[in-house]
Amino acid sequence: MSIYIPNTPECHHPVHLDRRTMLRLAGLSGLSWLTPLATGLARAAERQRQRQAKSLILLWLEGAPSQLETFDPHPGSEIAYGSKARTTSVPGVLIGEGFEQLAEQMHHIALLRAITSEEGDHARATYYIKTGFRPQPTIVHPAIGAVICHQFQAADSNSVDIPRHVSILPGEHPGRGGYLGDNFDAFKIGDPVARVPDLLPTVPTTRQQQRLQDLAFVNGEFLRKRQRPSQAANPVGTATLDAALRMMTSAQIDAFDVSKVPASDRLKYGDTPFGRGCLAAFRLIQAGVRCVEITLGGWDTHVDNHNLQAQRIQILDPAFSSLIADLRAHDLLDSTIVLCGGEFGRTPWLNPLGGRDHWPYGFSLALAGGGIVGGRVIGETNPAPKKDNKDRLADLKNPHPLPDIHATIFHLLGIDFTEELITPIGRPMPIAEGKPIRALFE
Amino acid sequence: MTIRSTTKKNWLLLLTLVGFTSLLATRYFAKDRIPEPKILERHQANQASFASVARRVDAVFEARWQKAGISPTRPADTHTVVRRLSLGLMGTVPSLEELRRLEKLPPELQLPWWIARLLEDRRTSDYLAERFARGFVGVGSGPFVVYRRHRFTEWLSDQFQQNRPYDQIVREMLTAEGLWTDTPQTNYVSAHALLDGQNETNAVALAGKTSRALLAMRLDCLECHDDFLGNIKLGSVSDPKGGEQIDFHRLAAFFGQTKITLAGVQDRPDAAPYRYKLLEDDDARVVEPDVPYDRHRLPTVGAPRTRLAQWVTHRDNRPFARAALNRLWATMFGRPLIEPIDDIPLLGPHPEELEILVNDFIAHDYDLQRAIRIIAATRVFQLSSAAEDSITDEHERLLAVFPLTRLRPEQVARSLIQATSLETIDARANILRRLELFGSENDFIERYGDFGEDEFVTRGETVTQRLLMMNGDLVRRRIDENLFAPNRIAMVSPSAEKTAEALYLVCFTRYPTVEEQQHVAERLNRSKNERRTTIQDYFWALLNSAEFGWSH
Repeated sequence: MSIYIPNTPECHHPVHLDRRTMLRLAGLSGLSWLTPLATGLARAAERQRQRQAKSLILLWLEGAPSQLETFDPHPGSEIAYGSKARTTSVPGVLIGEGFEQLAEQMHHIALLRAITSEEGDHARATYYIKTGFRPQPTIVHPAIGAVICHQFQAADSNSVDIPRHVSILPGEHPGRGGYLGDNFDAFKIGDPVARVPDLLPTVPTTRQQQRLQDLAFVNGEFLRKRQRPSQAANPVGTATLDAALRMMTSAQIDAFDVSKVPASDRLKYGDTPFGRGCLAAFRLIQAGVRCVEITLGGWDTHVDNHNLQAQRIQILDPAFSSLIADLRAHDLLDSTIVLCGGEFGRTPWLNPLGGRDHWPYGFSLALAGGGIVGGRVIGETNPAPKKDNKDRLADLKNPHPLPDIHATIFHLLGIDFTEELITPIGRPMPIAEGKPIRALFE
Repeated sequence: MTIRSTTKKNWLLLLTLVGFTSLLATRYFAKDRIPEPKILERHQANQASFASVARRVDAVFEARWQKAGISPTRPADTHTVVRRLSLGLMGTVPSLEELRRLEKLPPELQLPWWIARLLEDRRTSDYLAERFARGFVGVGSGPFVVYRRHRFTEWLSDQFQQNRPYDQIVREMLTAEGLWTDTPQTNYVSAHALLDGQNETNAVALAGKTSRALLAMRLDCLECHDDFLGNIKLGSVSDPKGGEQIDFHRLAAFFGQTKITLAGVQDRPDAAPYRYKLLEDDDARVVEPDVPYDRHRLPTVGAPRTRLAQWVTHRDNRPFARAALNRLWATMFGRPLIEPIDDIPLLGPHPEELEILVNDFIAHDYDLQRAIRIIAATRVFQLSSAAEDSITDEHERLLAVFPLTRLRPEQVARSLIQATSLETIDARANILRRLELFGSENDFIERYGDFGEDEFVTRGETVTQRLLMMNGDLVRRRIDENLFAPNRIAMVSPSAEKTAEALYLVCFTRYPTVEEQQHVAERLNRSKNERRTTIQDYFWALLNSAEFGWSH
C-alpha cells in the first residue's frame, strides 16, 4: 500500500464525509433536499467553498534537490550512502536529517515520492514542471501562475493593485505568460529587503504630475487616430500605464518589503534571502496575490552531494516550516497551496566525485494547503533499485507523471483544466494534461 | 639646459593638444560624417525595376480593398516612412544629425537615399542578422550556445553586409565543416548540439529548425507520431498526402552522420547511420535520409548535408523563398504576411503578393537588398497607421492601414539611447559612445525582458516594462545628465519653436503639429525659470508615449 493516510488530530474529516461522498449519497434519493441529508450536503458544500484554494506559493528548488536527502530518505540502505533521516509529527513518515522544524509541520504536508518526468535537462525539465507541458518548438506554454492569474482575472480586477504573479529571487526561468501574453509574466523582484526596482518616480510629485499631464497630451492625438478593434482591451499599452500607476501608489506594495517586519519574525524564517522571500510571499498572499514563486538555487550537486544538500536544507527548513505555520495561524493555509520541489531528482547512487546526477525517474515533491490532506505520502521508490534497469519506472510504486501535479492544483483551485485556451494563432490548448491525484485531497 | 628642456616639453604638449583637437574636429565636423551612400547610383538605375514589381504587389492589395469595399488610409509622410525603415532594418530611430542631412536632399530623392544609407550601414546588417539568427539558431541559454550563436550572428551579418545571395548563405550554413571559432557558419549545426556531456549533434532539433526556419513548415509534431489531425499536408497539389512520422526522421537523417569532434563539425560517412524507433515499431531502425516533398529534386550523390542543401536551395523549391520573404516582410512590417511566421502551407493557398515577390527573389538570385527595396516601395508599406474614420478588422486584415506593433526590447533600448544623443551612434561614432550603447542596451534588455524566438507574435506589455520606462535608471540618466539631448536642447535651442522641433524630431522623427508647438511654447512660458526641467519633463513624456514605443 503506497498511500499512507494518517490518523492525526489535525485531520478534520474523521468520517471522510466529503462533498463528493455526500453528493453520491444524495443521488440515491431524489428527495434528498427534504431530508436532514440536504442540510449535511449544504454544510459540506459550504466547508468545501471555504477550503477552496485561491492561490499558490511555489518554493522553487532550482537545480533539482536530492530526494534521498530531502523528502524520500532510505536510511541504512546502500543508496543512502550514509544519509540519515528523522522522524516527523506523522508517525512512520521520515524526512531528511536537517529538517528539524519542518518535521514538526509534517501533518500539514503531503509528500509525493514517485513523480516521473521525461526530461533530464535543467532548462527543459524546468519548463515542464513550471508549465505542465514538455517544451515544443512552436509554442511557449504559460507557467502555472500565469494560468491561475488568467483564470481569476475578472475576479481580481478591482481588488489587487499589484502584480498577481510574482517571482522572488528569480532564477534562470521565472514563470512566463507564454501564449497568454507577456502581461502574465511573473513580476520579478530580488531580496525583499531591497526596494522593489523602478517603483518610485525619479522626480518630486509636482513634476511627476506634470509629466503625466504632458504624457496624456502627447498620447491623446496619436491614440485617437489609431483606435483598433484588436486593441480594444488595451489601447496601445495604456492599460499597462494605468496598472503601473496604481501599483506605484498602492498601499499593497508594502507587502513586498519585509525590512520593516520585526527582526524576530524575519529570524523565524531564517533571515536569508530565501527566508525573507517566503515571508514576503506570505504577505503578498495576504494582499491578494495569486501566485508567488521563490527560488532557492544551489541544488545541482554533481559534486559533494551530501554537504551541499545539507547546506541548502538549512536554509529551506526554517523558511518552509515558518511559512506553513504563518499561513495556518492566519487561516490562509486552506486557501493557499504550497508546492515545494525542483525540476527532477538525483541518482540513487553517488558518482566518483561524491555527487548525485540527474534523475527524473521517481523523485519527490511536497504539497500543502488548499485542501491537501497533510501527512499523506503517495508513491514509493525502491531502496534497492536496479542500476542497469532499462525500465526505470518498474522500480516505482504508485508513480505519477508530472502533469498530474498541475491537474491537482487546478482542480483544487476550482479551475476546469480540461477547458481549452486559444493561443494567439487560434490553436486550442488544454490548461493541463494530467489527472488530479485524488488521494491527496479525498 | 633646464629652461630649454622645459620649453621643448611645452611645445610638445601644445602640439599634442592641437593635434588631438584637430582630430576631434575632423571627427565631428567633417563633411562626410554622414557620407553619400555608394550604392545609391546603382539602386537609382534599378529604381524602375523595383517600382514595377512593387506596383504589381500594390495591384493585388488594391483589388482586395475594392472587393471588400474599404478605402486604405492616406500615404504616410516621408519622415514616418524613414522611421519605419530605420526601426525595421536598423533597430533604432534615426538621429537628428541624419535627419538634418536627409532634409538637404530634394524630396523625391530622400527615401531612395535613406534606404541606400541603411543598406550600407553596419547597424542594418547586424540587426537583420540578429532577426534571422533567432530563426536559425534560436535563443537557448548556456555558455556554449550563447558563444556559438554570437559567432554565427557575426558571420551572418558579414554576409548581409556584402549582400551575398541568400541561397549561398544557406548552403554554407547547412554544409559547413570545421571549428565554430574560425568557421562560424558551422554553428548552425553546433548551436543545436546536445549539451549532455557528449556534445552530440542534435539531428532531431536540426530537422525541426531546418523545416521551420528555411522552409516555413512546422513538421515538429511528426517527430513523435503521424499527423492525425490533417495539419501537415505533404506531397503535391495533385497528389497530397498526410505527414508521417517517418517523413520527419528522414529529414533528421541528413544530420545523422554529422559529428561534433575536436576538429569541430564533421561529416563522418563511417559513423553509424541515423536510427529511430518509430511509434509503431518494436525496435529502432535505420532511417535513410530523404526529403518530405519533391523527392525528384534531391541529388542522388554527394554527402547527405550537401544533398539536402542543394534540394533546399533549388530554384524550384518555392517554400525556401517564401520562408525568407515572410521573415523579411515581418522584420519590416512588424508582423509576417502569413502567420505564424514559420507555418506556410506547402500546398497553398499562397497570397498572390507573396508569389510575386517570390518570383522576383528567385529571378534575381535571392538578392535580399533588392527585396527590401521592393517591399519599401510598395504602397502598403507607405500607408499611414492613422485614420480620421474608424479602422475596422477588415482594414487590419487586408493591410489597408499600416499595422501597429510594439517595438522589440532592443529597438526600445537603441531608440532611447539614440533619441537622447544628438549625434549618430553608428560604427563611425567614437568608441566610448559605442561601448556605452552596448553596456546600457544589455542592462536595459535584461531587465525589460527578451521576446525570445517568437518575436513576431503579438504580445502585451508588462508592468515591469512600463515601470522601467517611467522610473528606470537608463531613462533617468539620459534625461538628467548634461551630456544628453534634453539638456543640450535646453542649452542651444534659441526659441520655443526650435525646442519643440528638436524634441519631436529626436523622439518621433517628425515635426510637431501646430497644436503641439503651442503646447510646448505654453509649457516653456509657464515656467520660464525652469526651462531645463520643463524640457526634461516633456522629454520623459515623449519617451513614455505610445508613439515612441510602437512601430506605426
